Amino acid sequence: MAKIKGAIVVDNEACKGCGVCIVSCPCKVIELSKEVNGKGYNYCYMKDPDACIGCASCGMVCPDGVITVYKVKSE
Amino acid sequence: MTQEELNNIIKPENLVYEKSKIMTNNTLSFCPGCGHGTAHRIIAEVIEEMGIQEQTIGISPVGCSVLMYNFLDIDMQQAAHGRAPALATAIKRLMPEKYVFTYQGDGDLAAIGTAETIHACNRGENIAIIFINNGIYGMTGGQMAPTTLEGMQTATSPYGRDLKIMGNPLKITEMVAMLAGTYSVTRQSVHTAANVKKAKKAIRVAFENQKLEKGVSFVEIVSNCNSGWKLSAPAANKWMEENMFPFYPLGDIKVEGKLVK
Amino acid sequence: MEKEVKLMKGNEAIAEAVIRAGADGYFGYPITPQSEVIEYLMAEQPWERTGMVVLQAESEVAAINMVYGGAACGKRVMTSSSSPGISLKQEGLTYIAGAELPCLVMNCVRGGPGLGTIQPAQSDYFQTTKGGGHGDYRLIVLAPASVQEMSDFAELGFDLAFKYRNPVMILTDGIIGQMMEKVELKPQKARKTQEEIIKECPWATVGKPTTRERNIITSLDLVAANQEKFNIKLQAKYKEIQEKEVRYEAIKCDDADYILVAYGCSARLCMKAIDLLRANGIKVGLIRPITLFPFPSKILFELANRVKGFLAVELSAGQMVEDVELAVKNKVIVKHFGRMGGMIPSPEEIVEALEQKIIGGK
Repeated sequence: MAKIKGAIVVDNEACKGCGVCIVSCPCKVIELSKEVNGKGYNYCYMKDPDACIGCASCGMVCPDGVITVYKVKSE
Repeated sequence: MTQEELNNIIKPENLVYEKSKIMTNNTLSFCPGCGHGTAHRIIAEVIEEMGIQEQTIGISPVGCSVLMYNFLDIDMQQAAHGRAPALATAIKRLMPEKYVFTYQGDGDLAAIGTAETIHACNRGENIAIIFINNGIYGMTGGQMAPTTLEGMQTATSPYGRDLKIMGNPLKITEMVAMLAGTYSVTRQSVHTAANVKKAKKAIRVAFENQKLEKGVSFVEIVSNCNSGWKLSAPAANKWMEENMFPFYPLGDIKVEGKLVK
Repeated sequence: MEKEVKLMKGNEAIAEAVIRAGADGYFGYPITPQSEVIEYLMAEQPWERTGMVVLQAESEVAAINMVYGGAACGKRVMTSSSSPGISLKQEGLTYIAGAELPCLVMNCVRGGPGLGTIQPAQSDYFQTTKGGGHGDYRLIVLAPASVQEMSDFAELGFDLAFKYRNPVMILTDGIIGQMMEKVELKPQKARKTQEEIIKECPWATVGKPTTRERNIITSLDLVAANQEKFNIKLQAKYKEIQEKEVRYEAIKCDDADYILVAYGCSARLCMKAIDLLRANGIKVGLIRPITLFPFPSKILFELANRVKGFLAVELSAGQMVEDVELAVKNKVIVKHFGRMGGMIPSPEEIVEALEQKIIGGK
């Protein structure tokens, strides 16, 4: 069976830590970091990268377009 | 997952989603979690996917999205409060081959600009109107809008909107659907991935319709105002589902010139 | 080529002239006493002749904002109205001035304040020359005194508007708009092609090609220092306009002891008054400002060195007279005479006013 692996890259400095992506993620991959960026926001990151399926839900709902999504299919 | 495994995924050939190239690199001026940003992004995606950057002229309103021209890499005009449909009317009539859209909030479109909205729709201008309805005046600090729900607290209805004193919330989208000059009228949201997809499709249809010369395409996006509603972004989206959607139900209202609701 | 001469109303003459000036669009709303402009255009159907767009808007507010949208595309666009409608257009005008857009607006002035009357007046001078809307801005103001000038100022207005990227107001009145006179029409000019517009108006929002940065038409800058810088730039533009674009007509001023200052229909009344006064041996001349902004202050200042007094004649309580006083700088007596609310003085009343207020005045 083909296995789908995904990954996201977050523009940490542009993220405003709104958390909309966290709610949108069907696999509970994303969380807000304890660290803050230059603007003082807790930016989002992949807490559980193994669970990411690259569905891009987070990218689609991110108001600031800070999430880039990648996906590979492996046999 | 190791960093190496991650690096094997994060490669240009595996890209499935990134910010549209029609979006500039300027940081959006909206509050965290505001639907304006998402709406901006999907408009940019439609322009990019249709390849119409060179043919598109947008009009930004007065309000939170006044600075839209800083975020979309297209030629734009900034209109006085509520007047965007008048600008769009002239632009489209003088350059009928262009794609013209207005982007307006509820205060702009449904209060001060009601006349411009109704008459551009009634004349059947071949433009797209994108209407962001979050039931509040965001930029000026959360005052009551014509679309504010009954009982909703705002800076100018601090004890909740009292219909006896303050009048009723305005369903302007249903109103414009009744006009012969509108060709497609729909109400969408951008708070979940599924809704973003639908809203984006609606905006694409609104742009494509301009070539048909059959009138206004009107896309309402029911959205949030976390700061004005004094909620976190996820909580605001939940509140929107529970309170805004029952009064402003999502879905098509008019399709290809025919009322469907 | 044979001259094309017609008998026309002032309002009709300007309507025909804007078509011939190669205008791209007219956006209007009916109001007395200037409805003939849009009526003429709708009957003439210039979209068949030149491709010019004509649209009756839902309000004066919408019409001026249509002008904003069209002007921002580098198009030659116009609107017209009369006093109460021009008041409604002030929001659009300050945005147009703030975004530095070229356009042509005609105000066929009627008596005010409020709904006032439909009879002629010149009581919108302050509104027109001192701003009208909010902020530090100026319109270029042309004051025609004949149907011929109503026709001629259409093209001149567009030329000045585009030269300075500034709104131009043709400030006329119910007399000039409604009266019929012989007018020599100019030949039809071609409308600008899209290529010409892109070349001549590189700022125009016509769609962003990959070869340039996006064009943004706005009057907003939230950074105070930038907004001040922009205001300084605007003021420099207005100064340049004041230096280069003053227009006036001097009639019988060479030997004059007294000067009447009047524009538009009042200048026509003054012409007759001058004949009456000179028949009685009183040497009177007329300065007729053609541009109200920029105001012909310099000639008035020069004349003040050798004449005994000035009488500003206007159909108002005394508005332009303030600019005459500023120009004359107290060198000699300056007084105002005018009727209000749509009343028009007879030449005899002007004669009497000069005799009493200036010659017999102190």
